Amino acid sequence: MFNIYGTWPWYISGFLIGTVMLLLIFFGKNFGMSSNLRTMCSIMGAGKTAEFFRFDWKAQRWNLTVVFGAMIGGWLAVTFLTDPTKADTVVLNPQTITELHQLNIDEPNGKLLPDALTSAEALKDTKILAILLIGGVLVGFGTRYAGGCTSGHAISGLSNLQLPSLIAVIGFFIGGLIMSWLLLPLIF
Amino acid sequence: MKFIKYLLVGVLFGVVLTKSEAVSWYRIYEMFHFQSFHMFGIIMTAVVVGVIGIQIFKRGKIKNIHGEPITIADKDKGFTNYFVGGLLFGLGWGLIGTCPGPIFILIGAGFWGVGVILLGSLVGTYLYGLLRNKLPH
Repeated sequence: MFNIYGTWPWYISGFLIGTVMLLLIFFGKNFGMSSNLRTMCSIMGAGKTAEFFRFDWKAQRWNLTVVFGAMIGGWLAVTFLTDPTKADTVVLNPQTITELHQLNIDEPNGKLLPDALTSAEALKDTKILAILLIGGVLVGFGTRYAGGCTSGHAISGLSNLQLPSLIAVIGFFIGGLIMSWLLLPLIF
Repeated sequence: MKFIKYLLVGVLFGVVLTKSEAVSWYRIYEMFHFQSFHMFGIIMTAVVVGVIGIQIFKRGKIKNIHGEPITIADKDKGFTNYFVGGLLFGLGWGLIGTCPGPIFILIGAGFWGVGVILLGSLVGTYLYGLLRNKLPH
């Protein structure tokens, strides 16, 4: 039974994400979230020091609107569509929980993010701040170097049968596997 | 008013990514450790829907909202930028569990700490812009 308050099943979620991409193509645009980071750099004046940011960012206002909507969507989902009395969320594989304990990372108990990373207390820890910042830099740098992120390459690019996107997605997974298996245990 | 449709598509995207828990650090960890089919199912279903939809669009029977035939530009050919950029992105994704869409969605959902990740990703994007001409593509 599909419970709207619980974890939405992969087939419903995947179908809707595919639909989001197709709607944007139908509107004459494309589905790519990381472009907004470039746009924001331009708005903040990065064009003064790097040619890459000298473009007509106003033509990207539609995409900023999508992102703004996505933020509202995130708020709606946690405010009105999440209720621990009606359904459990973030129920993980027991093996995952065991591994998290070994990394000293708190188990979800319905939370989307570990307190070890983003709680007010964690944010006072210089090491955690460094992890968040470095992770962000890798995501921002890598995604622009690769010309897209999960939405631009894994969803849009693969859907359009693009070989460069497949190369990028293979890179995403190799990078993720190296981090998750080899580096995370050293970091935490 | 023409922006309303973008706003609504964004809202749908934000709700789905949050309720599917694709924004969750835990789900990304679980995915990279092959301990759940969930994330793979989401990506595969989205791609299958996408492939079918794009093939229908390309047949030319459906025009876009402006009444024009739908064309989608091919990605530029290349290897190094896609692979190395992808690898760096993957390292970040595996560490903090958020790709660019979820960074914004999580901030909207009230996870203010993710603002640090956003700051980092803006710095990373800016660094790429600075170094672009020196990097192999």
